[in-house]
Amino acid sequence: MAAEREPPPLGDARQPDLEELEDGEDLFTSTVSTLESSPSSPEPASLPAEDISTNSNGPKPAEIILEDDREDLFAEATEEVSLDSPEREPILSPEPTPAITPVTPTTLVAPRMESKSIAAPVIFDRSREEIEEEANGDVFDIEINVSDPEKVGDGMNAYMAYRVTTKTALPMFNKNEFSVKRRFSDFLGLHSKLATKYMHVGYIVPPAPEKSIVGMTKVKVGKEDSSSTEFVEKRRAALERYLQRTVKHPTLLQDPDLRQFLESSELPRAVNTQALSGAGILRMVNKAADAVNKMTIKMNESDAWFEEKQQQFENLDQQLRKLHASVEALVCHRKELSANTAAFAKSAAMLGNSEDHTALSRALSQLAEVEEKIDQLHQEQAFADFYMFSELLGDYIRLIAAVKGVFDHRMKCWQKWQDAQVTLQKKREAEAKLQLANKPDKLQQAKDEIKEEIEEWETKVQQGERDFEQISKTIRKEVGRFERERVRDFKTVIVKYLESLVQTQQQLIKYWEAFLPEAKAIA
Amino acid sequence: MMLQRCLDDGPDFLSEEDRGLRAINVDLQTDAALQVDISDALSERDKVKFTVHTKSSLPNFKQNEFSVVRQHEEFIWLHDSFVENEDYAGYIIPPAPPRPDFDASREKLQKLGEGEGSMTKEEFTKMKQELEAEYLAIFKKTVAMHEVFLCRVAAHPILRKDLNFHVFLEYNQDLSVRGKNKKEKLEDFFKNMVKSADGVIVSGVKDVDDFFEHERTFLVEYHNRVKDASAKSDKMTRSHKNVADDYNRIGSSLYTLGTQDSTEIFQLYCHIPLFYFSQQKIEARVSADEDLKLSDLLKYYLRESQAAKDLLYRRSRSLVDYENANKALDKARAKNKDVLQAETTQQLCCQKFEKISESAKQELIDFKTRRVAAFRKNLVELAELELKHAKVTGIYFCFHFRQLLFHRIIEVGLEGTL
Repeated sequence: MAAEREPPPLGDARQPDLEELEDGEDLFTSTVSTLESSPSSPEPASLPAEDISTNSNGPKPAEIILEDDREDLFAEATEEVSLDSPEREPILSPEPTPAITPVTPTTLVAPRMESKSIAAPVIFDRSREEIEEEANGDVFDIEINVSDPEKVGDGMNAYMAYRVTTKTALPMFNKNEFSVKRRFSDFLGLHSKLATKYMHVGYIVPPAPEKSIVGMTKVKVGKEDSSSTEFVEKRRAALERYLQRTVKHPTLLQDPDLRQFLESSELPRAVNTQALSGAGILRMVNKAADAVNKMTIKMNESDAWFEEKQQQFENLDQQLRKLHASVEALVCHRKELSANTAAFAKSAAMLGNSEDHTALSRALSQLAEVEEKIDQLHQEQAFADFYMFSELLGDYIRLIAAVKGVFDHRMKCWQKWQDAQVTLQKKREAEAKLQLANKPDKLQQAKDEIKEEIEEWETKVQQGERDFEQISKTIRKEVGRFERERVRDFKTVIVKYLESLVQTQQQLIKYWEAFLPEAKAIA
Repeated sequence: MMLQRCLDDGPDFLSEEDRGLRAINVDLQTDAALQVDISDALSERDKVKFTVHTKSSLPNFKQNEFSVVRQHEEFIWLHDSFVENEDYAGYIIPPAPPRPDFDASREKLQKLGEGEGSMTKEEFTKMKQELEAEYLAIFKKTVAMHEVFLCRVAAHPILRKDLNFHVFLEYNQDLSVRGKNKKEKLEDFFKNMVKSADGVIVSGVKDVDDFFEHERTFLVEYHNRVKDASAKSDKMTRSHKNVADDYNRIGSSLYTLGTQDSTEIFQLYCHIPLFYFSQQKIEARVSADEDLKLSDLLKYYLRESQAAKDLLYRRSRSLVDYENANKALDKARAKNKDVLQAETTQQLCCQKFEKISESAKQELIDFKTRRVAAFRKNLVELAELELKHAKVTGIYFCFHFRQLLFHRIIEVGLEGTL
């Protein structure tokens, strides 16, 4: 699998490798070439604090900065992830904690840039190719399993506890293998924390599985039927996929909350995830407010890329929903087919019993057996393939909602920046008015105040612009990542489906070949 | 308004496969003395017109080869005339063909026409093709059912000589046989009720003959089980059709997705619809074949076993009549009143009973032979067809596997499994 390429050893200038990669992977040619083709970026590393350009959201500077920051963020990650080398230790010391303030990424970048320019070329080369490696496979050495769903407690207060096992060689974790017990609301709590920290700066945080009141109630009440076991299994798998997606994200992987979730045996209960809690209601209100705001914000999109992408995601969303509905119908019909085949098999067996011609009777019983076996095959196929496919589609529909959310945050960011500009303008006008006024005693004090405010708002405008640039950059990167992940995920599922199809066919052939002589033997 | 001529191929209309359809349920020897088939069929609004073609060397007919046009009601008339004929009481009357039922199919085509605006041109054409194929399949089946009926009659040593049958075959005017009106249908309903009540009474009488006793027990159970199997088989094939339709929908969704998407994913998505489309075709064919082979077989034998049961009923009825006549005779002799009459009645009953018993035995033996042969033929063909499909599907998958590999979309490591 492409994902398992080993990161290249330290110290090699593996620039030629980059070309190999590009040629060898048709799939990634387009994505890689967009990075390559950014025109005037010879030594991005030597661009110190000029990454913040003065024009608004022009694409070109953004692209250069994109490579820069990509390198930075991945450099951060790779520094953490790969090996220790003496040059890098000083850079390592400030632990990236974007959680501190919302706008931290930019401020973190700036100091890093300076220290980097010393050892820039070497790091640039290596992290570039490591970025490619990660682009190809996101090879963080960490594996998560969610298993052993266990019912804890009784009645309506009962809940399912899942065992989360982590196997990793990453140095940031204390041990190589550890496991903890978590309940569903813990997962929701984790997602909520991550979303709060990262979504508004443009990171696509993978969404957690959905709540299901009906499903959980059945489990709580203790109904031990197949539908509740199925529900638990579906949820377990969804939680596993959720965690796996989250740890694949290089930035999220650094997050201390995530680490705490994976490592610490006791976790404070995330009460705020309950639908009917105060926080829940607040969330609903905010969502409504957001929806209204979205309608009123008219953004001047000067970057065609964003407009295009948004449209693309809209289309994709619609198509995926349609597809999801069809696949669910298929899963349902497969189940029906299975039930009907089983019923027919029994009926054929009965018919065989009552038939008084011996050979025919035997053949009919054999037919019944074949049909039963085929029923089994149908069941397995329905479960393994379409269920997988259907769940994947559901995941992606939710992911796209997250992507849309991130685009919305960018809009809000833009709005904030614009608002700051407007306020600054007003303040300047106020200052001008004061200049013209003729009240000497109040004037100086007012002038000073206004001057202060103007300075304040100028900073805010600059900050606003920087934030906007930053979020645009991050989104571009994230979208690229999302697209690659999407291809990979679908690829995996399709391949698995193909494999099992081939197997099913081989089995079918065997069964009918065994039956044919019995049919011929009827005399 | 469906005007559809089902004879594009001329004499090839009943191709190999279709001739198989006809012979599906009855393994008949056609002999030169009398050969009957349905050479053409026309579907008009409410009715289907069958062209019944006869080739015969018998002296009864004016010509050696001739054709007439008949409708479903005329077949029913012929069947009923057999049933009502006392002389044929001792034979299994070949079951009447079911009424041609295009309602469901027609409704679907109509709905499709109404919904034409709401779907893309490709979707519309595709669905139209499918529905037309479905219509055609039902059409062929109903033709086959009618043909089987005629062939059974033609193959039966006694029934083939029936006058009504000859009129049916030869008379080239309309037989003026109208369908039963409401009153007659109601009469029929009551007649059936009386008959089944009577049947229950009559079946309580234990039969002296072991052969018939065994046959009766066997037939009752067999009939019920065939009924059950037939219903379950229908459900199964309907499910198959649903799955095939779903595949179709998924295929078109994936295709749309692929065309709207960026390059690499487009390739991926576009290959998968091919999968689904081909799997859909195969699933649909498998379902159609299962339908033909199994369901039709079971349904036919459901009707035949009913006809056999009717025979047994008639025999038991005549046995009861015979025994009653005996009792009446004894009573008459005892009273010495109307003895001659009683004797005549008794003799008649005796003759009738013996005649029926004799032919019934042979009929039931023949029934068994026919049944076993038909099942054998069907099961072998079913197995062969299923095998063929499984292999073809396997080839399709390998083909698509290779396509995907060629585009390097799936991992090279998978090659080992092919």
